[in-house]
Amino acid sequence: MNWVWFHKLGSPKWFFQWASKWSTPVFYLGLLCLLVGVIWGLVFAPTDYQQGETYRIIYVHVPAAVLAESCYLSLGVAGLVYLVWQMKMAPIFIKSMAPVGAAMAAIALISGAIWGKPTWGTWWVWDARLTSVLVLFILYMGIIALQNTLEDVALANQAAAIVSVLGLINLPIIKYSVNWWNTLHQPASFGLTKKPAMPMEMWLPLLISLVGFYFLVAGLAMWRMQSEILLRERRSQWVKEKVMNDGV
Amino acid sequence: MMAFDSLADFIQMGTHGAFVWSTYGLVLLILAGLIANTIQGRRKTLRQLKKRYSRETHS
Repeated sequence: MNWVWFHKLGSPKWFFQWASKWSTPVFYLGLLCLLVGVIWGLVFAPTDYQQGETYRIIYVHVPAAVLAESCYLSLGVAGLVYLVWQMKMAPIFIKSMAPVGAAMAAIALISGAIWGKPTWGTWWVWDARLTSVLVLFILYMGIIALQNTLEDVALANQAAAIVSVLGLINLPIIKYSVNWWNTLHQPASFGLTKKPAMPMEMWLPLLISLVGFYFLVAGLAMWRMQSEILLRERRSQWVKEKVMNDGV
Repeated sequence: MMAFDSLADFIQMGTHGAFVWSTYGLVLLILAGLIANTIQGRRKTLRQLKKRYSRETHS
């Protein structure tokens, strides 16, 4: 197997140049998909026979929740990569992705609370699904705080990587919380192996919105990683040239 | 096929317009904040580095 890509990915300079090409188109593609998905969901998707129009919150709630988990999974993997191989890019990735993941978790929690009020009669309950997503949000905040408060960069990298890996245990808890415990939250509406629990006119815009969230997050993460690379590699000649010549 | 007969219906969202629209408003706010924070971070990094490099050349 050819491992060149792995070594390239580990090189900040190579990644920076790659991201310069892709970050902007990926971001705008995400924005476009998100707009199409949300407008389709808000205006054209049919009314739900049980919830009426309130269910339209789903077009941001589910994608944000999926992204909050996906981002965390990627943090955990990056944490492992750092702890095992000390790869330079891993802490750059963790530091850049954590605020994005935190924003996704915040969107999932807030949209869920506002959806809960008219449908369940309450903004919040301390049940398994809601609590485990709150824990996810707190984990993100913890990682951000570690990165921002520890002055020693090596220590900050190490600590953030360890928390990222330890927090992985929360992901199966979030996923299966709706099956393991009694909860107000409904089980997954989507799965790779089963048919969606809603008609195509409803799930297609949801899928487009989800794809939009993925691309938007990827674009933002690449932008943030670029800034972090410049900062960390400031002693390299190529960074100096880049900053002084074209202002990036 | 639009799901609503009129703009008023669309804004009302059945009876729960306040919930649907406040959700979308807050989501917009959070996403805009995240994007602004990302752009600001880039600008701040560039400013810092430029200052640092010009100090090095002058000293």
